[in-house]
Amino acid sequence: MVRIDGKGNGSCLVCVRNLDKIYTRGGEDIHVLQGLNLEVEAGDFVAFMGPSGSGKTTLLNLLGGLDLPTSGSIVVAGDEITRMSAGKLTSWRARHVGFIFQLYNLIPVLTAFQNVELPLLLTKLSKAERRKHVETALAIVGLADRMSHYPRQLSGGQEQRVAIARAIVADPTFLLCDEPTGDLDRKAADEIMEIIGRLVKEHGKTVLMVSHDPRAAERAGVVLHLDKGVLVEAAEAGGRG
Amino acid sequence: MKFFRLVWANLRRKKVRTTLTIGSFLVALFLFGLLAAVRMGFRGGADAAGADRLNVINRVSLILPLPFSYRDRLLRSPGIKAVTHATWFGGVYQDERNFFPQIAVDKDTWFDVYTDYAVSPEGRDAFMRDRQACMVGRALAKRFGFKVGDRIPLRGTIWSGNWEFNIAGIYDGDRPDTDTSGMFFRADYLEERRAFGKGTVGWYVVQLLNPDDGLRVSRAIDDLFANSPFETLTQTEKAFAASFAKQMGNVELLIMTIGSVVFFTLLLVTGNTMAIAVRERSGELAVMKTVGFSDVRVLGLILAEAVLIAGQGGLIGLTLAKLVIPGLSRALPMLGVLYVSPLTFVVGFVLALAVGAAAGLLPAIGAMRLRVVDALRRI
Repeated sequence: MVRIDGKGNGSCLVCVRNLDKIYTRGGEDIHVLQGLNLEVEAGDFVAFMGPSGSGKTTLLNLLGGLDLPTSGSIVVAGDEITRMSAGKLTSWRARHVGFIFQLYNLIPVLTAFQNVELPLLLTKLSKAERRKHVETALAIVGLADRMSHYPRQLSGGQEQRVAIARAIVADPTFLLCDEPTGDLDRKAADEIMEIIGRLVKEHGKTVLMVSHDPRAAERAGVVLHLDKGVLVEAAEAGGRG
Repeated sequence: MKFFRLVWANLRRKKVRTTLTIGSFLVALFLFGLLAAVRMGFRGGADAAGADRLNVINRVSLILPLPFSYRDRLLRSPGIKAVTHATWFGGVYQDERNFFPQIAVDKDTWFDVYTDYAVSPEGRDAFMRDRQACMVGRALAKRFGFKVGDRIPLRGTIWSGNWEFNIAGIYDGDRPDTDTSGMFFRADYLEERRAFGKGTVGWYVVQLLNPDDGLRVSRAIDDLFANSPFETLTQTEKAFAASFAKQMGNVELLIMTIGSVVFFTLLLVTGNTMAIAVRERSGELAVMKTVGFSDVRVLGLILAEAVLIAGQGGLIGLTLAKLVIPGLSRALPMLGVLYVSPLTFVVGFVLALAVGAAAGLLPAIGAMRLRVVDALRRI
């Protein structure tokens, strides 16, 4: 159950309380997020929608520990990430968060296999264990036969699938997706959303996704609208997956 | 080791740029090897000088002689095991461009004091039997195709006239940097034929009973001949060789200056290349940080790239220098014995790695400080 009223019982996987984010540009303070509350439970699939500049990506960056709020707290699986040092936050990200970006952000000089293996290089897994994990992740996204291909040899949809495999290979606590279909045609976008839906339904993943695309968002269990830094509305969409 | 593949893949990203940067290290380290070899050549074998030998020269100038009578007085001095002498001849073989050192030496003692020169017993016997005998070094023999039994004509420049010598043997060095580009002949032949300077020698070489006594014996020798018409200056062979090299000008300073300029330029060029490489990849670096690469690890990866470039270029450059310089030494014998010593190789390689690390440091710090959010926004 997703809540935005800040009145939950604290049993959530992701608990956000009174989150403020203020940027200062040209001497002027810009309130990107204002007193935002959010509670997400394990296995939820939440889509954030809203116009450009509404703070969607900022919220995602804060939830992923890439940025720090001006005030408020974010607790993920019992860890208050807003109080962590930069170093601790980096290791926390490696363990708990899988990122999927709009432009895939694969390393062009690495093969699909090597791109997916990247997060595992930071673990103590042996080479054989890493191989097993990577093969499993690539099989989940249907690219077991493209392991030795470089990003330039893949289509956009395939690149995004590699990025999804990279995001899930270390079995993170939750996935953060920033416009995952924003750079894809309709067919490829549907395939990507199908995969993300399966990760939630079949593998129990928790997914928080930012999207402009209503068709992508309708796959989420819950769609939240963000406007001028505030979550103004929660809507039950077309059901999980 | 698991990160090596990542570093290696990044180096292959822009193959032309990486090759050119490696090439600049290659050229610089080749030049370093060459300059170091020339420097060693100009030091006149100072590094190879015997620790138990002193050179006694005229205090006024190396080119002024010392009386032959000093030999017995030196031999009677305490702490001295043996005394030999030598005189610079300065002859011309066929053409002035064919310069090589010719030194008149005492036939009885020279090769006993200079055990660094390996001479065969047959050669030594022939040297003793024939007044016109000479010994040529292996490098000199190779240079002009001299063989034992050949006759070498020289035109005298200090002592005029045509002088002829019979090759009694070919000497080798006991170390790679032993100079074998010269010729020794008998001082009694010079003494017999020269029109002036009779009864003198160019310099004495004193062999010590105990190498630790060098300073004390030097002072004793100079005191012995103080206030005489031929006052002496006694130095260790190392100091003698160094002062001999100084007559050619401050080559060492010149070489060090050229080397420093080359390395400083290399630092700037490589630093700029690494800075461009990091700037181009700021998005990828941000992604790596996003998936959990720490700031320090990112710094390490960038530094590793710079050091790997430098190491490859340095290794190839020094190896090329090691292969090419002996040939150059044969082609330009006036530069002395040129070769890349193991120490030069190691120092050059370490220097290359250090320049690589220094060049990569600023871009690496930039990558370390990169804010993920800012970099992702720019993609």
